[in-house]
Amino acid sequence: MQEDEPIGGDVNAVTKLAEDSRKQMRDEWSARLMSLGETRDKAVFAQLFSYFAPRVKAYIIRLGMPLATAEEVTQEAMLAVWRKAHMFNSDKAAASTWIFTLARNQCIDRMRREKAVEYELPEEEPDPDQRDNAEHAILAERMQIAIQQLPENQAQVLHLSYYEGKSHSEIAEQLGIPLGSVKSRLRLAFSKLKTYWGDEA
Amino acid sequence: MNISHHFDDATLMAYAAGTLPQGMALVVACHLHWCPECRHRVKQAEAVGGALLDNISPVAVSDSALDDILASLDEVPAAAQKQVKTSEPNQTELPDPLSTYLNKSLDDLPWKWIGYGMYQVDLNFGGKGAARLFKLAPGVSVPHHTHTGNELTLILRGSYSDEIGRFRRGDVADLDSDVLHQPIVDTGEDCICLIATDAPLKFTGIMGRLIQPFIGL
Ligand SMILES: [Zn+2]
Repeated sequence: MQEDEPIGGDVNAVTKLAEDSRKQMRDEWSARLMSLGETRDKAVFAQLFSYFAPRVKAYIIRLGMPLATAEEVTQEAMLAVWRKAHMFNSDKAAASTWIFTLARNQCIDRMRREKAVEYELPEEEPDPDQRDNAEHAILAERMQIAIQQLPENQAQVLHLSYYEGKSHSEIAEQLGIPLGSVKSRLRLAFSKLKTYWGDEA
Repeated sequence: MNISHHFDDATLMAYAAGTLPQGMALVVACHLHWCPECRHRVKQAEAVGGALLDNISPVAVSDSALDDILASLDEVPAAAQKQVKTSEPNQTELPDPLSTYLNKSLDDLPWKWIGYGMYQVDLNFGGKGAARLFKLAPGVSVPHHTHTGNELTLILRGSYSDEIGRFRRGDVADLDSDVLHQPIVDTGEDCICLIATDAPLKFTGIMGRLIQPFIGL
C-alpha cells in the first residue's frame, strides 16, 4: 500500500478484511453444521460445542436464568443441535440464527409448565417469489453491521427484547416510556435492518 | 388465498425473541402457517437473534460440559423429521398449531354461551394474559372492551368488519390498547376467532350490558 494513501483507505481496507474474515467464519460454521447433519461426527460436534455453547450460555444468563439452570439449559440446547442438525439448511439460515432459535425454544420450554405451543416454523414449500435467496453468511454480516449502526434508543429496546427477554410492556415500564414508543422504536430498528437484508424499507 | 391484514413488525420481533406469552405465541404461530409474508419477516427477526449470538461475550461452560455431552450422544437419537407443513386457509379449517392443541374440530368444542350471540372457549393457558376462541353469531357486534396491553386476533371462520377494515379468514388484527374498535359480524355465517391478550381482558362493567346485539344490519 502506498505511503501517501489517506488513512481512511487503510481503515476501510481493514474493515473490509474483518468483514470478509467474519463472513468466512460464518460460512465455515454453517458448513460444519451441515456436515454434522450428514455424518453425525462427534469431532465436528465438539468443534461446534466449543464455539457455540459459551455463547448460548451467555445468552441464557442474560435472559435471567440462574447460573446452574443456564448450564443445564445450554446442555439441552446443544443436545438439540445434535438431534436436529440434519434439519439445518444453510440456504435458509445462518448457523448462529438456527442455534439461536433452538436455544430460545429450549428456554421457553424450561419456563412453561403447560402444554407446549408449537414454536418451530413450518417447512417451507418451494416459493417461486421467495425473496431471501441471498447468501445467509452475507445477510448475517450485514445484519451485524446494521445492528451496530442503530441509534442508541433503538439498539436499547432491541437488546432488552432479545437479550433480556423482556416483553414490550416490561420494557416500557423499565424505561419509563409508553408502550407505543417501545413498539415504534422496534419497528424503526427493524425497517433499517430490513434494508440491509435487501428488502424495501 | 388472500390475507390482507398482517402482524405488526414489533409483534413478530417479540415472537422471534421469545417474549410473547403462550397464547399470543399460538396466534402468531397459527397465522405463520398460513402466511408466507409474515414467515419471511419472522426469519429476518430471528436473524437479529443470530447476529446477537455472534456478538455476545461468551461465558465459559463447566470444564466437564463437553465430555458429559459427548458421553451422552450415543443415547440420543436424531430427531424425527417433523411433518409440519404450511397450508393455506382454504385447505384445512384449522392451522396446524391450533389443531394439534385442540385435537378437535371447531364444531365439537364445548362452546359456552356468554350472552347475546357470543360463545367462547377458554384455552386455559397458564401465565400472563389469556387465549380464547370466540364465536359470534351473524349480526352480533362486540362492544368496546379495555385491555391494558396488546390483543391479537386471528379469524378462523367467517368475517367481521370494523373501523379498520374487513377481516376474513386468515387475517389478523394486531391491536394495542389505544385502538378503539367495534367489530361487527358482516355475513350470514358465524365468525370464529382466536383471540389472545398479554393482560387479562377487562370488561368495563357487567359483561351482559356490554354485549349488545347489533341492530340494523
Ligand atoms: Zn401475515
